[in-house]
This record gives sequence, C-alpha cells and structure tokens, in this order.
Amino acid sequence: MYRYDTYDQAIVDARVAEFRDQVARRIAGEMTDDQFKPLRLKNGLYLQLHAYMLRVAIPYGTINARQLRVLAHIARTYDRGYGHFTTRQNIQFNWIRLEDAPDILAELAKVEMHAIQTSGESIRNISADQYAGAAADEVCDPRPWAELIRQYTTFHPEFSYLPRKFKIGLTASDNDRAAIKLHDVGLQIVRGADGETGFRVFVGGGMGRTPFVAHLIRDFLPAVSICSYLEAILRVWNRHGRRDNIHKQRIKILVHDLGAQEFARQVEEEWQTIQHLGDDIPLKEYERIAAYFTPPAFEQGLSDELDLSDPRFAAWVERNVHGHKQPGYAIATISLKPVGGIPGDVSADQIDLIADLAEKYSFDDLRPTHAQNLVLPHVRKADLYAIWQALDAAGLATANLDLISDIIACPGLDYCSLANTRSIPLAQKLTERFADPARQLDIGELKLKISGCINACGHHHAGHIGVLGVDRKGTENFQLLFGGSGAEDASLGKIIGPGFSEDGVVDAIERAVEKYRDLREDGERFLDTYRRVGSDPFKEAIYG
Amino acid sequence: MVEVAIPDNLRFRQDEPADEPGVSLDAFLDQPNAVSVRIDGGDDVRRLGPALDRLKLVEIDFPRFRDGRGYSSARILREMGYTGELKAVGDVLVDQLLFMRRCGFDSFGPDQALDLDVAKRALTEYDFVYQQAADGHVPVWKLRHG
Amino acid sequence: MKLLTGNHLVEGYVIWWTGDGWSRHVEQAADVGDKGEQIAQVEAAACRVNNPYIVDAEPSPTGPVPTHIKERIRAIGPTVRPDLALKPADASAGSYVI
Repeated sequence: MYRYDTYDQAIVDARVAEFRDQVARRIAGEMTDDQFKPLRLKNGLYLQLHAYMLRVAIPYGTINARQLRVLAHIARTYDRGYGHFTTRQNIQFNWIRLEDAPDILAELAKVEMHAIQTSGESIRNISADQYAGAAADEVCDPRPWAELIRQYTTFHPEFSYLPRKFKIGLTASDNDRAAIKLHDVGLQIVRGADGETGFRVFVGGGMGRTPFVAHLIRDFLPAVSICSYLEAILRVWNRHGRRDNIHKQRIKILVHDLGAQEFARQVEEEWQTIQHLGDDIPLKEYERIAAYFTPPAFEQGLSDELDLSDPRFAAWVERNVHGHKQPGYAIATISLKPVGGIPGDVSADQIDLIADLAEKYSFDDLRPTHAQNLVLPHVRKADLYAIWQALDAAGLATANLDLISDIIACPGLDYCSLANTRSIPLAQKLTERFADPARQLDIGELKLKISGCINACGHHHAGHIGVLGVDRKGTENFQLLFGGSGAEDASLGKIIGPGFSEDGVVDAIERAVEKYRDLREDGERFLDTYRRVGSDPFKEAIYG
Repeated sequence: MVEVAIPDNLRFRQDEPADEPGVSLDAFLDQPNAVSVRIDGGDDVRRLGPALDRLKLVEIDFPRFRDGRGYSSARILREMGYTGELKAVGDVLVDQLLFMRRCGFDSFGPDQALDLDVAKRALTEYDFVYQQAADGHVPVWKLRHG
Repeated sequence: MKLLTGNHLVEGYVIWWTGDGWSRHVEQAADVGDKGEQIAQVEAAACRVNNPYIVDAEPSPTGPVPTHIKERIRAIGPTVRPDLALKPADASAGSYVI
C-alpha cells in the first residue's frame, strides 16, 4: 500500500498542529460553535447524540496491521472499547472528548492516518472496490489512481467551501462492487482502443432526500487528465450549485436541473480552458504511487484444493470466499454481521485479532467494504481453515455475505442526532427472525439496507429491500422499499406502501420474502423476481 | 513552518491601493473609466476578460464564510492573467486565509477584525501543498520529480 | 414543560440545565419556561455548553420525561448498548425511552 514520504507526513503533521490550535481557540471561547463547526468537520469530528464522534479515514478502503492496532488502541484509550465501520469504508469512534481529538489525530498521523475531510462540505474519502488488486475481473488496480486523486483533493484551496459534501467512487471492473453510480462522481477505469488507460466518468449520483443514479458524462477520459477534469466538474458545481437550500445543494441537483447533457457541456467548456494550465499531476507521479501497489509476492504453483469436510467451514467458504486471480489464493470476507449484533461494530480485541490475521495471512492488507464488512484480499487457500477458526472463535465468521442477515445499517437514533428512528434494533430483530442459515441460503442473495433518516447513510435506496425510518408524530415508523441496487445495474428502490412499526416491518419483510420464494423462477434473486413481476404481488402479500 | 513575512495589514502587495471602491460588475463594464469592481457570489468573473487592463482592484464578497464561490472567482481571474489587487471582503475568518491566498487573494477586508497572531500562524502552517494553485507555491508532485 | 439541553463543550456528554447549573441527569432538569434562549446564549458564550437547544418534556414522579424519543435516548444512552448507558445498572432505563 502507499507509504507517506516526508511531504505527505509533513502535511498531515501540519494539519494536526493547526487543528490543535483551532481546538484550543474554541475551548478558550475565541470561536463560536458556528465558526468552529466547519473546521472540526473538516477533521471528521461530529457532535452526535451522546458525545463527539470521530470519523477516521481509511483511504479507498485499504489499511494495514500497524494502523489497525492504533485504531484498537484509540478505541481502548480514548473511546469505549469499540469502533464502527461505515458505508464509506471509514471507521467511527462514538465517545470522543473534544480535548482528546488533537492527541488522537497525532497518534493517527504517526501511522500515516488522518481524519481529513471525512465530514463537512468537503471532498470526502474516495471509496474503491474492496477486491482491488485481487479480483480477476479488473482492468488494473484502481488504488494508485485513488491515491493520486486523494492527494489532489486534500486541502484543495478552491474547493474547501463547497455547496455540499462530495463523494468519489472508483472501480476498475465492469462488476461494480463500489457502487460508483451512487456517488457524486463515479469513475470506472477502462482501456481505450489502443490500450490507453482512461476513465468512464459518471456524475450526479447519490442517495439522500433526492436520490439519483449518476449520468455518464464522458465515455473515455485519458487517465492523466483526471485532476484537471475533476477540477472542471468541481468548479462548475462550486460556481453554479445552489446555495439557498441545504437540501438542494448536492451536485446531483445541478446535474438534474441543467440536464446531464448541458452539465457535461459546461464541464467540457471549463476543461478546455484549464486543461493546459499544467495543473494535472504527471504520469511520473502516478508511476511513483503505483509502485506501492505492485502485486504481493504470491507463491507460485499452489493448489486450489480445499478440505471442506467441516460443514460450518464449508458454509463459510461457500458464502464468504471469492476467487482470486492468483491460483491457490482467495479473497475472504470477515462478516461484521453476527445474528443479533450491531452491523459494522468491532471491539478493540477483535480489531487486534483482525490485524494479526491480515499481517500473517493476507500480506498485511485489509479492506473495509461499503457493506460494513472487512476483506482479507490475498489469502492462501491452504490458510483458509486456520483463518476461519480464528474468526469463528471471535464471532467474526458468520457465513452470510450478501445474504439477508448481511444488513447494512446506519447508526440511527441510538447514536446520530440526524436520525428519525433507530436502525440497529431493527437490524437485530431481522437477523434474529432470519437466523436459520439454511433459510438464508434458500433465500439467496438479498441486500437489505436500513437508514434511520432520509440522509440515507444506510444506503436504503440501493437495497434490494430498503428500510427508511421516518418520524410519524413523534413515534418511529418504517417505510419499505424494493428494487434498489448499487451495482453496475444501479437502480433506486421504490416505496411499497404505507409505513410500519418496527415489529410490523419485520413481518412485512418476511411476507415479501415468502412471496418471492413463491414466485421465483430458476436462479432468480429477490431483486430479479421483483424486477420481473413488479410491486403488485408484493403489495398484495404485505397489505392483504 | 514557512518563513514568510506577513504584513500587519494583511495586504500582500507593494503598490498603492486603488482609491476607488468597487462598483458592481454591470456598472464596471458600463463605465470605461472605472478601475475597481466588486464581485458578488453569483457574478461571472469571466465577463471581466476584455477589461483586465484597466482593472486595479477586484473585491470579492463572501456573504457567509461557508459560501465558497469566491474562491473559484479568484482563481479564474488569476488564470485569466489578472495581476491587480484581489481582495476578499465580507465574512472572512482567519481559518480561510490560507486557502484564499492560494486562490490568488492578496488583500483582505474582513467584516470582523482578525487576530493577527492567529492569522500569521494560519498562513504559515503548511510548508507543502498538494496542488498547483494561484500563489506560486510549488506542489509536492513537482518537488518529487523536479 | 421546556427543558434546556446541550453537550459539554470539552467532554461532549449530554447536559441539562437545572436552574443554576448543568447536570448529566435529566431528572434534575428544570422547566425553563420562556427563558431558555436567554440562558442558552449566556451559557454558550461562557463555553459552559455547546449547541444548546430547548426541548419539550412532561413532568413525572421521577422527573421530566422528554416528549421526543431522541431526547429520551440522549438522556439515557444508546438503547442497543445498555452497558454504555448513563446508568448501566438501571434496569428500567430501557422502558424510559420507548
């Protein structure tokens, strides 16, 4: 993975010093909260229900053991013994003291980590395919480009007071595991006709109050122009995005209001003006970064044989292990979704264990996913059993990747001041209702996503089944949506009918699942059946 | 820390200030003898292209510090070759000074007086930057590769 | 009744205005009537509270009960981690919220 040079380190260290100073001025009363808020948000420090919450960046979802151990240390020393992996591949700590925040950032800086621009109206963490560098279906590893873009968008002076937040997603595969079409900018790395590397550029995706699937505005952008092109996109939005209504200020609104074609035209026009100014980061710099992402020293000639005589191990392999481009290797997903558990939460002890496993078995490489699980990208098949046993002992071996109990849920009203409803208890009830592994396998792939409010941090619009928490006259109420997808076939879920109580929505989901089982044809997932038959049979089953 | 002399009036120019306050963009374009213009958030600074020669002072207003349109306006002006005074006015807080300098602002007229010590610290905090911008600070990628 | 609440600037935890100071315990919260904004301004300016705001509550034998579930969760702690609640040993905490 990328390693800081003295420049990167100096920049992060300067940021810590700057923030330490800003915190001191806030505590001394030299700044109001209104003035301080954008500054602390630029360092990932939220004020949530019970305490300050710190969101630490895990750039493009890549982290090593040394860094993980510092996260465990932070959880123990400054928090309450756990962390929460988010839907943007970051980690959050929920119980932070303002006074400790600069010290925490200083400790993170020592292991090349930060919380820069993980919140506020900034260019946020760039998310990327969690199987980068390991999957056979990618054009190249997208992460060197993600790192290059990360540097380019860090403390960008023109774009630090944007109309709203800005999220970039990256993939290098036709199989989109990073949900790029639901990002403000989605980038797919492709090869041009003559083998040149380029990007398909999508703009204007997003969830929240007004969800949109991103539009393709450029079919092929030479990769070396990505910085100037992003600058053109950001500048058009920074200049023309709305500033009058916080709910209408994302770039997706501008793209929608102008129309994708006109938006693309304005971007091209701006880009024509600026592309020759020499602001692009040159290929030599890309190559310097890419040198950190060369394939690890895989052993050659390893066997693909696996002893699957242990049925629980076999079940885990079946669900949670994906093929690797290197013979004898595999990609293993660590589930953070045990039955009755809190999706995405990990204890400090679990983080330490995972660090050990990554270091020992996966070339010191771990990938948080936007589905709030963790991936060991490069494990020898011969090591899978030992890995599974270690995970199993720590409650991290639930064999449920992409099954109904692999729920994505935002923290919800238990933690978040923006929420209308709690989401975690609902997730717990659902995993308990569908606990039976055989039943889950029979249902098959079903991506269930829960958001406690319209901000959609649980990505409910992109769920095969989505749940949205709403405030109905002071009580918690849940709307049900079907048919969303964050993959390359991106679509937005549709509300099925009137909302439910928490217990009511569990029953409704169960009825919908049973109806799917009645109606499904060979090989169809829930999503496929829904797309084929439409809402009516499900409405009928749910509402009678 | 960067060793840079920060003038107490936060005006990073040696020439005499223009003695006319900025008129609106429309008024400026309509008055061939005007030398100062005041740009509001929604104004298109590219309209100043033909008039750059006579322009001595551009004041860019920040009605609320969160409204970042002025940063783009400033940078566009510098990209167009404007070398006159570029002044950030309005809700300008000390923690935005560095970004503003990098976008080409060389003077400041904040609504509320800035603490000079804090301002100097803010402007010298970062020795290194990742991007080329309007302030001539050599970006890290150039330092890495010469 | 109206309660004034916010978070401790440095510690981050939830606090309630008691009439002459701040407490972590909602049972001690005072009815601020229509004085809430005034008190909030003074206290925020003195950095004794961050992000203060006023919430509705009903009186009860055990003290004020905020009307909105969000404020009840703030008063107690996350319902899914009773061990991290303000009073982890209090078995009745869960029923306070819902």
